Amino acid sequence: MKLSTRWIRDFVDLPVDDRRLAEELTAVGIAVEGISGSGADTVFEMEIGTNRPDAMNHYGVAREAAAIYDVPLKPLSAFSHQPSTKSASGAAFPISVEEPQLCPRFSARVIRGTRIKPSLEKIAHRLQLLDQRPISNAVDATNYVLWQMGKPTHVFDLDLLQGGRLVIRHAKKGEKLKTLDGVERTLSSEDLVVADAKRPVGLAGVMGGWDTMITDKTKNILIESAWWDPLTVRKTARRHGIHTDASHRFERGADFESTILSCDLVAELILASGGGEPAGDVVDVVSEKLDQAPVILRLAEVHRILGGNLKTVEIFRILKKLGFGLIPEGQAGVEFEVHIPSWRLDVEREIDLIEEIARLHGYDKFENTLPTYAGAVLDLPNAHADTTLRQRALALGYNEAVSLSFISHEDAEKFSAASVLEIENPLSAEASVMRTTMVPGMLDMLARNLNRDVEDVRLFEMGRVYEMQNGERAEPERLCLAATASAVKASISLSSLLDVSRKDSKSSPSELGAEEFRAFKGDVENLLAAFAHDQLTFDRETPEYFHHGRSARALMDGIPVAQFGQITEAIKNSRKLRQGVYLAEFDLEQLHVRGLRKIVYKPLAKYPTVERDFSFIFPDEVGFGTMQRAVRALRIPEMREFQPVEIFRGGSVEPGKYSILLRARLQSDEGTLRDEQVSVWSQKIVDALRKLGGVQRA
Amino acid sequence: MVMMENRFLTGHSAQSGMTSVSVIAAMPYTVPKLTDYSADVLEKSAADLRAALKQEELSVQSPEQWKTFRDRWLARKNGIVTQVNELWLKSAPKGAKKLAGQTVNDLKKQVEETAESLRKWWETGQIQVVHLGVEVPAAALEAYALDKVGPVDISLPGIRRPIGAEHPVMKTSREMCAVFQRLGYSIAEGPVVETDYYNFEALNFPPNHPARDTQDTIFIAGQQSKPQRERLLLRTHTSPVQIRTMEKMRPPIRIVIPGTVHRNDPPDASHSPMFHQIEGLAVDTNITFGDLKGTLDHAMKEFFGSSVKTSFRPSFFPFTEPSAELYISCFICGGSGKRDSGPCRPCKQTGWIEILGCGMVDPNVLEFVKDNGYNPKKVSGFAFGMGADRVALLKYGVDDLQLFFQGDVRFLRQWA
Repeated sequence: MKLSTRWIRDFVDLPVDDRRLAEELTAVGIAVEGISGSGADTVFEMEIGTNRPDAMNHYGVAREAAAIYDVPLKPLSAFSHQPSTKSASGAAFPISVEEPQLCPRFSARVIRGTRIKPSLEKIAHRLQLLDQRPISNAVDATNYVLWQMGKPTHVFDLDLLQGGRLVIRHAKKGEKLKTLDGVERTLSSEDLVVADAKRPVGLAGVMGGWDTMITDKTKNILIESAWWDPLTVRKTARRHGIHTDASHRFERGADFESTILSCDLVAELILASGGGEPAGDVVDVVSEKLDQAPVILRLAEVHRILGGNLKTVEIFRILKKLGFGLIPEGQAGVEFEVHIPSWRLDVEREIDLIEEIARLHGYDKFENTLPTYAGAVLDLPNAHADTTLRQRALALGYNEAVSLSFISHEDAEKFSAASVLEIENPLSAEASVMRTTMVPGMLDMLARNLNRDVEDVRLFEMGRVYEMQNGERAEPERLCLAATASAVKASISLSSLLDVSRKDSKSSPSELGAEEFRAFKGDVENLLAAFAHDQLTFDRETPEYFHHGRSARALMDGIPVAQFGQITEAIKNSRKLRQGVYLAEFDLEQLHVRGLRKIVYKPLAKYPTVERDFSFIFPDEVGFGTMQRAVRALRIPEMREFQPVEIFRGGSVEPGKYSILLRARLQSDEGTLRDEQVSVWSQKIVDALRKLGGVQRA
Repeated sequence: MVMMENRFLTGHSAQSGMTSVSVIAAMPYTVPKLTDYSADVLEKSAADLRAALKQEELSVQSPEQWKTFRDRWLARKNGIVTQVNELWLKSAPKGAKKLAGQTVNDLKKQVEETAESLRKWWETGQIQVVHLGVEVPAAALEAYALDKVGPVDISLPGIRRPIGAEHPVMKTSREMCAVFQRLGYSIAEGPVVETDYYNFEALNFPPNHPARDTQDTIFIAGQQSKPQRERLLLRTHTSPVQIRTMEKMRPPIRIVIPGTVHRNDPPDASHSPMFHQIEGLAVDTNITFGDLKGTLDHAMKEFFGSSVKTSFRPSFFPFTEPSAELYISCFICGGSGKRDSGPCRPCKQTGWIEILGCGMVDPNVLEFVKDNGYNPKKVSGFAFGMGADRVALLKYGVDDLQLFFQGDVRFLRQWA
């Protein structure tokens, strides 16, 4: 919104230059965002809050300036013409208000015998400064008055109004009105209209009608200045998708007491440029007085909210300058009845007055203080667990990422079984539901990197997914970890490789994949290890988007907590991922329930460890997990570790079988282990492994 | 391991060390007979022996020399340790045996440790050479450097194990929350999918109020059959958590609320349909506008640096009154509005940057939770809210908001 500084200064003599004025207006909340032009053509770019329609014009801003600098505000010039007595009608123009609550006041004035022509140079120039296009003296007059003092008005060609009267009524359903913008509109029965005897001639408070507008031929004019119900104007404007300077102000509340003044100001301008004379007195139909009850202001409340020690004299000065009336007049009291000016519909409560006092006093003048506090300070219940997870993911080289909460219907179906929350007004079809899974977002981020030739990518995201559970919305928390195959490969340390057969087979992709899977699984284990559990097991129950042979579900004491592995070739191709990717999804709800592992110190071992290696040939069907379970079942308390050391396929080992070197570490807390004892245990281990179908190698 | 400082050379002095370590004792040490077995004499004799040990240790530069050293000090027959045992302990009178025994034992242990540590250097010392930052014994380094590889090129880049980077917006949010946690604020959270009641009505946005227009709300589909206040939408701000928390906790209350919010803004360099807010609320008896100002002034100084100045300008929010926007002096141009290269963009040459919205909690809001102790006649409070993404954008000079949500590693790694 643009305002001319010269125009503001018409109403108030200010002791400061425009730049200073801009700063000080801004400091009281009448924000000047920019200054352009110079001298008499200086223009302020204003940002006026939606609650301050009274300041969306020159006189309103002048009022604020008068309060800031404590200088007088000049009154708006009154109407100086005597109505002609020889006018034919003489009497008031008949206006009937059928909806008094929606149009509590309707004022009008008739001008006869004027001529339509371009506006006076001064008027046109001022409108142009504000980026308003001059049209004709009559139309410009309404526009000028709107920018001058804020009250929207409308002018009709009196001779085009049929039946010699105006009716304020609801439109009939399906009734047509061509508005000033040339659009033929079909009205709803909720629209409020100004109608003549036959048809609507204006959309109340929003826009006038085409058929009754001012033209070159117009001689007689009816000026309308009404007060419309804000909500009705807002609904009509929205229904028809129109936003005008008039509707903007009516929606926020116009000045009830300025209907006659604005009529007169418009009339004055038309008469000055086009001649003619006022016909009869101003018509003023007041169906209902707008109730602006006085507000009680207690000084104690001012101090309770604002702190500091504002002087009563300052409080008085501010309120009076802004047009508020105080009873009693003296400053000795502790409580006052404050009368609200008609242009301040936003002030209804004591706190509104307190804001006015703080605003004009200057926010920066209040002393900065720090309050004392005696309550408890709490963190979120899962803050520790989440911080631990995040720190571990970061330490493992995963970069924290954030993706949008929306996914497509298609992805929601493909990557989760949850029931979705659909968006009423989505930004696009690809973002039509709330994410039920983080996987699609993660895949998009991986693809983005790969498409920009960033090969080694590790990302993680912690956040919520959104779903309906039994008719209720739920926002379970998830952690998603992802890495490209090349990033996983780069993390494999030479010493941790188990599978030595690849040396012969020259890196068969499948065998490297097994080591990649282990490397990624290690990251998953590192995150899970932070949480309390007795047993961590893995099975192959994973969703379809995971490669069935290269994915697993992690269970803590039998309860699923995570699923991870390599994404299928099909998904990889459909997402245009240039290489394989690994994903892990953690169910944070489950992990939160378990809580972090309690750390309890264990004394360091006093006695040496004994290692025993076992070399076996096993059929492919027997995995290490089976061996581990069998050996654990022996319940040898001195067994500290049972781990694979080397795996070999091919060569002398027949197809369908593999050679595995296993290592047991034994240690006692009581003393150094004796050879005989270790031999007994070794034999038990060998027997257990044989029972699984293993053949011990020489 | 017995370590003596002059045996260890830093990278800088290694070269001079390699050429000058060839200390040969002018007078070889011999074990003296003791004149008496008093504590003084024992101590003095032991000190002489230690000095000799140290000097001879320094002269050892090759495995051959080490063998000589070992034999001279530790040979069963007539090694120095054996001699000491004979001359200082066995011949000691009864009353002095205890002290002499202790002294001799200590010396023996020290000699053995010295010999052992020298041996270890020969066997394993080389490995330490390649380990960056570890200082290596001169003798070991010399042998290693000359015989095996030569000195490493210390200008070659280190092999770096990748560390992950915190997301700039999350980092900003956590740091900002931490500022308030230190001021006694608890963290609170609430749902992203909210009801009309919590997002609007209880925050003093009546139905059909123009202020709702500014929120560009994203709605959940299929809600028409519900009463308006129960209809679901994506919260447009973190403010609903104010109400939710006040419903659960009685005053006094101090909370800071980080969270995701959504608005129907098509993505561009400065807009995103999803972004992050940090909201704060303090309610107590006698909380004043001065407290709001003081708290935020402190927080901004702690977050952006103590030289930052704050300024509060009147604003309008339905749920606060008086309402304000907080500006801080531009931390990029220092408030001058200019930079070397020309005008300062982040502050639009004004020297001030808008950081957040705030205000005293509107009594109408407290009325909604009055039954839980929030009678607006008795308690007052302030609230504030800022965009974590915007703060991160400003703090790090990022020019495109979209970068935050694309997971581009080239971008994210900059915070590693």
